[in-house]
Order: sequence, then structure tokens, then C-alpha cells
Amino acid sequence: MDLTYTEEEQDFRARLRAWLAKALPELPARPSPDDWPGRRAYDLGWQRRLYEAGYAGLHWPVDAGGRGATPTQHLIFLEETERAGAPYVGANFVGLLHAGPTVAAEGTAEQRARWLPPVLRGDEVWCQGFSEPDAGSDLASLRTRAVRDGDDYVISGSKIWTSHAEVADWCELLVRTDPGAPKHRGISWLAMPMDAPGVSVRPLRTLAGSAEFAQVFLDEVRVPVANRVGAENDGWRVTMVTLSFERGTAFVGEVVACRRTLGELARTAKANGRWDDPVLRRRLGRLYGEFGALWRLTQWNVSEAERSAGGVPGIGGSVFKLAYSHARQELYDAAAEVLGARSLSLEQEWTLDRLSSLSYTIAAGTSQIQRNIVAERILGLPKGR
Amino acid sequence: MDFQPTEDQDDLRAGVRDLLAGRYGREALRASVDTGTTVDRALWRELGAAGFFALRLPESEGGVGLGLPEAVLVFEEAGRALVPGPLVATHLAAGVVPGAAAGTAVVSAFDLGGPLVAHLGEADAVLGASGVPAGEPVRSVDPLTPLHRVAVSGDVSAYREEGALLTAALQLGSALRTVELAVRYAGEREQFGQPIGAFQAVKHLCARMLVRAEVARTAVYAAAVTGDAGEVAAAKLLADEAAVRGARDCLQVHGGMGFTWEADVHLHLKRAWVRAEQWRTAAQAEELLAQELLGAAEGAVPVG
Ligand SMILES: Cc1cc2nc3c(=O)[nH]c(=O)nc-3n(C[C@H](O)[C@H](O)[C@H](O)COP(=O)(O)OP(=O)(O)OC[C@H]3O[C@@H](n4cnc5c(N)ncnc54)[C@H](O)[C@@H]3O)c2cc1C
Repeated sequence: MDLTYTEEEQDFRARLRAWLAKALPELPARPSPDDWPGRRAYDLGWQRRLYEAGYAGLHWPVDAGGRGATPTQHLIFLEETERAGAPYVGANFVGLLHAGPTVAAEGTAEQRARWLPPVLRGDEVWCQGFSEPDAGSDLASLRTRAVRDGDDYVISGSKIWTSHAEVADWCELLVRTDPGAPKHRGISWLAMPMDAPGVSVRPLRTLAGSAEFAQVFLDEVRVPVANRVGAENDGWRVTMVTLSFERGTAFVGEVVACRRTLGELARTAKANGRWDDPVLRRRLGRLYGEFGALWRLTQWNVSEAERSAGGVPGIGGSVFKLAYSHARQELYDAAAEVLGARSLSLEQEWTLDRLSSLSYTIAAGTSQIQRNIVAERILGLPKGR
Repeated sequence: MDFQPTEDQDDLRAGVRDLLAGRYGREALRASVDTGTTVDRALWRELGAAGFFALRLPESEGGVGLGLPEAVLVFEEAGRALVPGPLVATHLAAGVVPGAAAGTAVVSAFDLGGPLVAHLGEADAVLGASGVPAGEPVRSVDPLTPLHRVAVSGDVSAYREEGALLTAALQLGSALRTVELAVRYAGEREQFGQPIGAFQAVKHLCARMLVRAEVARTAVYAAAVTGDAGEVAAAKLLADEAAVRGARDCLQVHGGMGFTWEADVHLHLKRAWVRAEQWRTAAQAEELLAQELLGAAEGAVPVG
């Protein structure tokens, strides 16, 4: 058990830090949350900078255009970019963190050549079309149909809660290609261009007031069969690869951000006198301990990934996601306690974060579903009838 | 960075697990409850011979010369097996109190912060005091941790960090053990025509237990590696919670059986309650962490 970084890793950190110190001040001002074209341009602009500096797709395999960095280097990258206040992965989330890795792991040479470089260069944005109005936690019950017609699939149905759908070029889409098969067996994974005729996007307002996600309607959309990743009707297995990427690596930067927020909270509480309340003070102390432990859990998981070959993150991500999503909600509730009535103002820095933290126990699999996964797949408890 | 146990560390842990399984398995545990044997001197000497107490003593002083990470793994195993006796105090006394390193002496400590001392009747020495003070026995909640009320107090501040960390390791072992006990019972016990572990309410209890234990595990290991006071406090806080709440959830999974003297669950819970009061309580840990947080936030050092 060793928490010191090797010389090589320290070198990597130092070079990255120096680069960030130069690159960040040159960034344009952040666009407002409702300015979607502006947000897309901003996120892709940052991706382009990373690409040019050789930091794009750090954790992707080299033959997929990535840098083949070790999990520890990727950890350092996420830690340092967050510490320096660099832009969040934003609109590139799906492309970089799970659609891309899935294409890299499961796609053909042509598919990799077509889809991966634009993600890394910051030319194209992906979104995730998994959930449907009647298929959320029970994802495998999805009904969006894809019927083969010559070299195309003709797709009809609807997807929902699709984050960044408004600005996406591509959608990793789950469709039913064999309605007669048992529900997990008739699904395929497709890359669908968002500008294909028959695709329409209706933004949905979140409880935070902005339109972060959308409902996507698919009306006889034609997608080439060549856009299918993996075998026909083998989409569920491909999906499991996608989801393990989503849960395994998504939160590193956020743990760092939460620890910074805790520090700001302590300073604020000290300044406004709330620090003298022992109940609140102890609550913040406990959170400090918890987020410290969550950071160590991240390092533990990364070290484990580094030792195991293959590169697909394990299901330990579910343990992390469960602990983290609840701790994050606790954190912003504590922030509200520090602020008192000021926490009711949307102008207050932490209010939007408090609202958005409510999605953490829902998105990417609810806490209830994660507990089922932990109980059945880690602890080996029997499935219910 | 490689925050995973080395092969040697894995071997050490496996060795201790084997030793304890052979020497202090379930039968032995129940026998000590039945006979009221709270410290088995023969076992104590065997642990001493295996290097349990002298683990961190330098080889030049007859010790094993290992560090806190190894000690934590070994104590985790002792916690899993619910070995009774003042293991932590005796380990801390190695090299200070004659016989502690070899396990020929039993050493307790003023680690309960108040007028109570555990295992006073069996102690050859008490850390933080000169000699063994006189005490009045009081009935203890834990059948394997006798308590005495004493009139004097002692200063154990020099041992506080390591005491808290090793106690956290014991709690961690107990927490992991109660997850196993709950999962095993949930897979065997049938109601409504299926194992109770197939019911989601039971599944989720078990999953919560594991999540708490896993978070505590990394906190304990990290604190052992860095020795940082804040990390030690966090480790104690999280391990206490994992052990106490884990035992309660385990008891719930066992239903009526869980409320019996026959089931081992109550032994884990009662011991976890004792350990939660030792060296550093939750309130003290939270206060310490709050001060660390503020210190980091007010200094130029980033809290990250
Ligand atoms: C901010 C945000 C962004 C999202 N982005 C995307 C996206 O980009 N692409 C995408 O495809 N999806 C996205 N989602 C969808 C997300 O994955 C689903 O919301 C989630 O999987 C839950 O599905 P649901 O909303 O249909 O809830 P339901 O499945 O209807 O669940 C409702 C409640 O019932 C519980 N429940 C359901 N089944 C069980 C069970 N078997 N056992 C116990 N409890 C159960 C749930 O835990 C929950 O509490 C996003 C969601 C959010 C909130």
C-alpha cells in the first residue's frame, strides 16, 4: 500500500500544471447556462486545446487515438484540471467518457477511424439515448424499434432525459432489433446522427430551471446498418461495457471540487459566525473526513484498475457512486445550513449545485438499482422472483 | 502510486487469518463467553510469539520491524475474529512495558476517557498510569470486556493516534465480518418460498453495510499509510460507524434469531460500542476534523 507517486507520475503532474497555468488564462469567458451554442463552442474549444497539447483522450488506448496513459496518470489529469479550475468535461462527457471508450473497445476499424478522432479533436458531440419514457431503471424493456430495410435500420420510438441532446451530433442509441427475443437479447447499439431526418428534440426543463436534457422523438429515422457497434441483438452486452465506463471514472474531478467547496464553506461559516455552532461544525468535520475517504477510495479503485488488465472498470464503481452521490447531497445541505436564508437565493453560489446534486442518486442508475447491483453482483445474493 | 496491499502484506494477513481461525474460531469464541474467559493467557502468548504485539518494534529490539499498514491488516483480522482483551494497549506497550511484546504481559489503558478501565482485573500494567490502580467492578454491556470504575485518571495522549487507528482497524474487521454473516444468513434463511436475500429490503440492508465498510476500509488503510492525524480521525469515525451500524443491520437481517444470545451478532455490536468509546469518540473525531478543515481552508494550502 503506497500513496506516493512515482517520479514519472510527478513529472507528468508538473508538466500538466505548467501547461494549465498558461492555457487557462487564455480561455474566453464562460457562457451563460442557457446559451447552448455558446456552451457547445466553449466546451469544444477547451477540448481542442487539450487535443493540441496532447492531453485529449489520455486514458484511451493508443490505437484508438488516445495516449494510452495509465489509470494513475488519468487520475492526476482529472485532479489537476479540477484544482486549476479548468472547464468541466461538459458537452463532451458522453463522447469522451463512455461512447468513445465503447467504440474503442467494441467498434470495427472503420468505426473507430470515423468516430473517435472528432471526439478527441473537439469537433463532434455525443449524447446518450438509452432511457425511454417507459424504460428507465428497467432499461432492457426499451421499445424503440429498428426494422431492417436494405442497408438501413428504420427507427421509431422516443428517448428521454437525453442530456445535451440539443447540441449533439451523434447519439449512442439503444434500439430493439428483435421484438420476439427475450428482452435482454433483442437490443442493438447504434450510432445515430442527430441531424438525420425524423429526429426531433424537445427540451425538458430540469428542477434547476435550465434545459439540461430533452426528449428525443424518432419518426422513421434511417440509420445505416454499418453504424451498429457489436453484433445485431448483442447490444445489451455492449451497453454493460458503456455503463461500467460511466460509473467507473466519472466522478474524480468532482470529489476534488467537493473538497474545495468544503473549505469555502468552513471559511464562510467562520466569517458569518455559524462556525460557533458545534452541531454544524461537527457536521462539516464529518463531511471533511468522508470526502477524504472518498478520495482515497478513488485512489484505491484506480490502483486496482492499474493492476488488472483489460481496462474495463470493475463494478466497484457502484460502491463509489452510492457513497459519493449521497455525500454530495449532504454537502450541499450543509452549505444551506451555513448560509441560512441566503441559501434560498438562486444568485447564491451553492444553490444551483444543491439543486443539481438531487440528480446524483437518480442519473446513471438510481441508488436503489446500484444497491441491487452491489447485493447481487458483489455480495452474491439471489435475484428475486 | 499503488494503493493496494503488496504480496507480503497479503501473505501476512492470510497467515493471521489462518492462525486465528485455528486458535480462536467460533467454538472458542462461544466457549470464552460461556466460561467468562476474557483474556486467555495462553492465546495471548501465542499471539505474542506470532509477532502480534512486537510487530512494529524494531528488529534490533526483538521486534518484527514492520509498520502501521501491516499492523492495521493484522488488527483487522483480530477484529473479524472478535478476539477479546486489550489488544491495542498491549501492542502499544510493546517495548515500554516488559513482557508486552512477547504477550507474557497483559496491558490495558486509560483509553475510555472517563472513570472506566477495561480489563483492569487481568492487567499487569495500565498505559498512562504507574502501576495498576484499584477499581470497583461494574457490569459491562460486553460479556467479553469487563469494566472497572477507578478513582484516578491517566494521560494516554502520547498513544492516542495509534490507539485510535488500531481500534479503527478492529472495527473494520468486525464490520466486514458482519457483512459476511448477514449475507450468509440471507442466502440460507427462506421465507415466502425463497431466500430472504432475494427480497430487496434485505438486499439493500446488506449493500449499505458493504458500502459503509468499504469506505471505512480505504480510510483506515490510507491513515495507516500517511499517519496523518486528520485521516486517523476520519478512519476512526467511519470505522466506528461501519461496525456499529453494520452489527445493527446484521442483527435485523437475522430477525428473531438476531436477538438471541446464541447468535454472534450481539457480541459484534457490544464490542463495537466499547471500541467506539475508546481513544477517540465520534464527537472528538468530528471536532478534530473540523479544525483541520478550517486550518487548511484558512491557510494557503488547498483543501484538496
Ligand atoms: C440529470 C439527469 C440526466 C440524465 N441523462 C441521461 C442521458 O443522457 N441519457 C439517458 O439515456 N438517460 C439519462 N438519464 C436517465 C436516468 O438514467 C434515469 O432517470 C434513471 O435510470 C432512472 O430511470 P427513471 O427516471 O425512469 O426512473 P424509474 O425507473 O421509473 O424509477 C423511479 C423510482 O423507482 C425506483 N425503482 C425502479 N425500479 C426499481 C427496482 N427494481 N427496485 C427498487 N426501486 C426501483 C427507482 O429507484 C426510483 O426511485 C438522466 C437522468 C437525470 C436525472
